[in-house]
Amino acid sequence: MLAAAQIRLDTNALDFAILGIYFVVVLGIGFIAKRYVKTSLDYFLSGRSLPAWITGLAFVSANLGATEILGMGANGAQYGVATVNYYWIGAVPAMVFLGLVMMPFYYGSKVRSVPEYLLLRFNKQSHLFNSITFALATVLIAGVNLFALALVLKLLLGWPILLGIVIAAGVVLAYITLGGLSSAIYNEVLQFFVIMAALIPLTIVGLHDAGGWGGLKDKIGQSKIGEAGLHALQGTDPGHVTNPIGATWIGLVFGLGFILSFGYWTTNFAEVQRALSARDLSAGQRTPLIGAYPKLLIPAVVVIPGLIALWKVPHLGSGGDLAYNNAIPLLMNQYLPNGMLGIALTGLMASFMAGVAANVSAFNTVVTTDIVEPYIARDRDDAFYIRIGRYVTIGGIVVAIGTALIASGYQNLMNYLQALFSIFNAPLFATFIIGMFWKRMTPAAGLWGLVAGTIAALVTYVGYKWAGWFTFGSDLDESFWGAGAAFVVDAVVTVAVSLVTRPKPVEELQGLVWGMVNQEDAAAAAVHRSWWESPKLLGLGAIAAGAVLTIIFF
Amino acid sequence: MSQAPQNDGERGGEGIGGREAQAANLFDLRRIIGGLFLLYGAILTVTGLGDSHAEIAKAAGVHINLIAGLGMLALGAFFVAWGLLRPLGRQLAEADGEAEPRA
Repeated sequence: MLAAAQIRLDTNALDFAILGIYFVVVLGIGFIAKRYVKTSLDYFLSGRSLPAWITGLAFVSANLGATEILGMGANGAQYGVATVNYYWIGAVPAMVFLGLVMMPFYYGSKVRSVPEYLLLRFNKQSHLFNSITFALATVLIAGVNLFALALVLKLLLGWPILLGIVIAAGVVLAYITLGGLSSAIYNEVLQFFVIMAALIPLTIVGLHDAGGWGGLKDKIGQSKIGEAGLHALQGTDPGHVTNPIGATWIGLVFGLGFILSFGYWTTNFAEVQRALSARDLSAGQRTPLIGAYPKLLIPAVVVIPGLIALWKVPHLGSGGDLAYNNAIPLLMNQYLPNGMLGIALTGLMASFMAGVAANVSAFNTVVTTDIVEPYIARDRDDAFYIRIGRYVTIGGIVVAIGTALIASGYQNLMNYLQALFSIFNAPLFATFIIGMFWKRMTPAAGLWGLVAGTIAALVTYVGYKWAGWFTFGSDLDESFWGAGAAFVVDAVVTVAVSLVTRPKPVEELQGLVWGMVNQEDAAAAAVHRSWWESPKLLGLGAIAAGAVLTIIFF
Repeated sequence: MSQAPQNDGERGGEGIGGREAQAANLFDLRRIIGGLFLLYGAILTVTGLGDSHAEIAKAAGVHINLIAGLGMLALGAFFVAWGLLRPLGRQLAEADGEAEPRA
C-alpha cells in the first residue's frame, strides 16, 4: 500500500496537456461568442434552441461542484452508505416537487430571479432582506468552491493554500470576464461529461481492486465505521442511533429530506434559473425532472470512491493532508496512471471553477439588479449598471477569498455547506411554500417570517458550534435540526403575523399563488409531444426509482 | 483548438437560415463535446497502448487508459454523429417556420 506521504499528484506533461486543452476549449467558446454572435447571442443561449436534455444536465451540473466531488466523497468515507440519503431522500423528491408543483408559479409570474418573486408576492422589505442574505450566501459558497480549488492546487503543485486561493480567484476572474455568462451553460454541460469521464474509471479500478461490491463490503465491515457504514437507514432509530451519520431517521427525513433539500433545490437561484431559461413551461418543468435521473446514479461514482478511499488510504480522516475532503484526490493519485490522471484533474478543476463562477455571477446579478437598481441608484443608463456589475464581480471575488479562509477551517466541507443551507435556504423555503399555497399570507409576514427563521437557524448553529448551548450527534445532525428550527419558527411567525396584518388584494396575486396560475401557461403545459414527455410520469418515475434504491441499500 | 469549430460550420453546405444557422452550428454543444472527447479518447488510447506494466499495476491491473480512451472515443463519435445528422441550424430554421415561440 502506498504510504500516507504520497500526497502530491504524480502528474507529468501529458496530464498538463489534457488540462490545457480543456482551458483552450472553454476560453475558445468565450472568444467565439464575443466575436461572431454579438446580437443574437441570447437567441440560442436562452435555452429555447437547446433540447431539454441540455437544460436538465446543466441543472444537475450546477450542483456538481465541490459539494459533490469532495464533499460527498468525504461523506462516503466518513459516514458510509448512509451518504446516499443525500441523493434519494435529499434531492430527488425535491427536484420532482420543483418540476411538478413550483415551476408553474415561477414560470407563470415571469420573474428573473428568486428574490424577485418575493417582491411580487410580498413587499420591498422582504425582497431587500432576501436579496442581502442571498448575496451573503453566494459569496460564502463561492468561498467554499475557491477553497476546494486551492486544495486541488495544493495537491497538484504543492502550493500553500493561501497562494492557491488567490491564484484560483485570479483565474476565475479572467474566466468570467473572458467567457462571460454566455458560455456558462455550455461549460456546465461539458463539465458534466468531463467529471463523469474522471469518476467512472476511478470507480471501475477501485471496485476491481476491492474484488467487486461484495469484496468492498467485506473491507468496509472491517473498517472503523464497520457494518453500520453499509446501510442507508438502518440504525437511525431515536434513542438508539448506531449509524455513522449520527442522526435519527426523523432528522434525516424531516431535516434533510424535507427542509434542507426542498429549500436548496426549490429556492436556490443558481438552480431555478436553469429551469427558468427553458423555452416553455413544459420544458421548464422537465428540466429538474430530467436532472433527477443522473442524480439517482451519481452516488455510484462518488460515494463508492469514498468507501474505497476509507479502505485504501490508511489513517484517512486524521486531519491535514489526510482530511476526509481529500478522499477522492488521494484515491485518484493512488490508482490513475498519467493520462487518466490528467482527465481526473481536469474534471476537478472544471467543476470548481464553474462553482465559483456560478456563485460570483449570481452574486453580481442579485447585487446589481435586486439591490443597487431598485434601492440605491434608480433610473440610470445601462452603461452605469454594467460598470457597477463589473465592480461587484471584482468585489465579490475579493470577498470570496476571505470566505475561502473561513471554509478552510472545516474538516468536512459538506457539513459547512449544509450549515449554510440551513441558515439561508430553510427559512426561505418555509416562506415560499406558505406564500404559494395560502392567499391570506400578508406582506409583513413575508418579511418577519424570513427574519425569525434566519435567526432561529443562526442561534442553533452558534449555540452548537461556539456557545455550547446544544449538543447534536454530529455537525450534520446540527444542520438537520437547524434547518428544522428555521422552518418551524418561520412558519409559526408567518402565520401569527398574517393573522394580525392586512393581506394583499387577491387580484394582485394572479399567477403567484396556488389556484391562480397563469391560464395560458397551464394550457401550454398540458400539451406534450409524446407520452414520455409527461412531467407527472417523469417525476413519479424518479421518485419510485429512488424508493427502490433506498430499500435495496436499507 | 479554437479554430476547429469554425471549419465545422455550414459554409458551403446547405446554407439554411444563413448567418444565424451558421452561428448555431458553431455553438452546437454536441459538436463541442464530441470534438473534445474524440481528442481526449485518441490521446488516452495511444497512451494506453504504450502503458508499461508498472502503470497497469498501479491501476490494480486494469488497463484503464486504454479502456477509458476507447470509451471516450465512442462517446465523442456518438455526439459528433448526432450533431451532424440533425444540425441545430436546420432545427432552428424549422422551429421558426412553425411558430414564433416565447422570447
